[in-house]
Amino acid sequence: MPSPKPSPYGTPDSPAPRKLFTVLAGSCGFFLLLDLVFRLTGFDKHPYLKWEQWPGFYGIAAFVACLLLVTVSRFLVRPLVKRDEDYYEKSSTDAGGKPDA
Amino acid sequence: MPDAVPPALIYLLGALIVPFLRGRFRQIFALAIPVIGFVNFYLITKGVHWKFELLEFELILGRADGWSLIFLHIFTVISFVGILYILKDNVALDLSAGLLYAGCAMGAVMAGDLITLFFFWEMLTVGAVLCLLARKTPSSGSAAKRYLLVHVFGGVVLLGGLVLHLAAGGSTAFDKIELSGVGPWLMFLGFGINCAWPFVGAWLTDTYPEASIGGLIFMATFTTKTAVYVLARTFPGEPVLLWIGVAMIVLPLFYAVIENDLRRVLAYCLVNQVGFMVVGIGLGTTLSLNGTAAHAYCHVLYKALLFMAIGSVMYRTGKSKATELGGLVRSMPVTCLFCCIGALSISAPLFAGFVGKSMIFSAISSGGHGTVFLVLLFGAAGAFLMAGVKVPFFAFFNRDSGIRCEEAPLNQLLAMGSVAAISILVGILPHQVLYPMLPDLSVSYEPYTVGHVTDQILFLLACGLAFVLMRRAGWYPSEIRATNLDADWIYRKGGPLFYRLADKGLNGLNAAVGRGFLGKFVPGVTNFFEAGGPRLACLLMTPIWAFQRLTPEETDAARHSVFRRAKHGAFPIGITAFFAVILLGLLSLLMRF
Repeated sequence: MPSPKPSPYGTPDSPAPRKLFTVLAGSCGFFLLLDLVFRLTGFDKHPYLKWEQWPGFYGIAAFVACLLLVTVSRFLVRPLVKRDEDYYEKSSTDAGGKPDA
Repeated sequence: MPDAVPPALIYLLGALIVPFLRGRFRQIFALAIPVIGFVNFYLITKGVHWKFELLEFELILGRADGWSLIFLHIFTVISFVGILYILKDNVALDLSAGLLYAGCAMGAVMAGDLITLFFFWEMLTVGAVLCLLARKTPSSGSAAKRYLLVHVFGGVVLLGGLVLHLAAGGSTAFDKIELSGVGPWLMFLGFGINCAWPFVGAWLTDTYPEASIGGLIFMATFTTKTAVYVLARTFPGEPVLLWIGVAMIVLPLFYAVIENDLRRVLAYCLVNQVGFMVVGIGLGTTLSLNGTAAHAYCHVLYKALLFMAIGSVMYRTGKSKATELGGLVRSMPVTCLFCCIGALSISAPLFAGFVGKSMIFSAISSGGHGTVFLVLLFGAAGAFLMAGVKVPFFAFFNRDSGIRCEEAPLNQLLAMGSVAAISILVGILPHQVLYPMLPDLSVSYEPYTVGHVTDQILFLLACGLAFVLMRRAGWYPSEIRATNLDADWIYRKGGPLFYRLADKGLNGLNAAVGRGFLGKFVPGVTNFFEAGGPRLACLLMTPIWAFQRLTPEETDAARHSVFRRAKHGAFPIGITAFFAVILLGLLSLLMRF
């Protein structure tokens, strides 16, 4: 049985997420820079659409997509569709007490 | 070399025999069926096999070409892995349901005509319902009922469409069908219900999380992918499919963000990924259709792997909700590793998803569909954020839930390990493993260009960075226990509402009619016809009886005699003649007016 020491993953400020953040931000920066180098040296990435040539397009697209998705879900979708966890189960017993009829 | 037999036959026979076996013998037998299926797969030659006549129709059990064989191959892989995954518990119902389900899916993709297809299509529902019932909880029982309800409805829509299609002079050929007229549209909708289109597909995310741990692997594979296969066969290049696919990609993601049950998060992402396939069918170019087949193959692999990893967590902890899990990496490190491989297999280079899905992206962008391309990017980012980051994070990392459990059993680890290995193999060697199986070998595709790989790595890193940043900023919504309404509300709430309306409305009407019509009107009428005549007769006779000076007792006796005679219809001739005279008198009086 492992000792009950606090999880290193616990809060966003725990050591592991901090390290993860550094690694992620660093590698994002590296690939952004690489993309910029491709652009400046005229390296052909075989793009079909014009946006694909913009340096860092894929990184920015992904970031914006995630932000948009989470924001819309949190502030628009959740208030609309959220109900109690036993929303359906409760109702079936309310409906005349014979849900299987 | 022996001849191949219809793969469905092997599996259906296996499913029938499994319940009669016991112990270790049952385990060996159940695992031998997919092995025989594999040997049989390699014996099947391209062409049309196993034809026979039924009534005036020619039924074809085997049409082996690029399309059917790639689906048959992945179904065979999953049948082996799925059976291996559930082998330890050795429950006859689970094993039998899995084999039956796999056999029906194989029968459907090998079908060469619409009637054979319809038969196996309907049988798929039986397999899925058994997988739901195998969970053996009250909520899985009612989920099975809802599943059956929706799919019987879908089956009726499909059958109606098929009958109208044939009546309008259409053939039973299982090939491209023109989407015009009621028949083809109904068939289109019938296929779409199984394909989990928006609104009509709410059954999927409603019922899948209620399935048994092993059954879900079969469910996640067979029904929707058979529907994708059938749509690619019958309605390729149908423009409306492009937009249906776009809706499938976008809509489920919003639910996935706020969903607490990790198996349901994966189910939402399943719909999202099937959306990519539907977009590929809708575009209908050679590259996009190849992309659909390749993506279906890869998607089945990593979705099965993710469902197995969360299934193992559920097997050991009994929980699948983000609010109840966390920190399991220390208890189940190998399962965690496989879950992460499943996550990377969604779209990371060197894994299966990358070499499959990117064909659809290329087909869309080379076709100049800029808007659809952006939606696809949004969908790919969302799918990775949800199935690839959220699911592993909340199960294995995050805060420590305090749960200490054993690692997953060996058979489950072997099952997950083999899928992970195939996923990596497909990702590293697509030209050797996957691409030769594609339906159309005339187009070539190279996923590993420098630009594509660096773009994709940046794309995935940015998703991860967005997740970490949003968590730090407190922007990412906390996981809460809740039910999120979807289109299944219509029959889950609407059904009982209809029941109550019908109960109050129709039963109320029934009661009112019972009181008014049956209680008062009908007895009145019968009483009139039964007693009306003699009563009238008595009324007429009373003055005569009075004239005869009868005593009250004698009058009563005479009255009873009239009633008795009326009942038997036997009056003395004298009285009859007397009444006839009165009647004639009344008539002659009436004639005067």
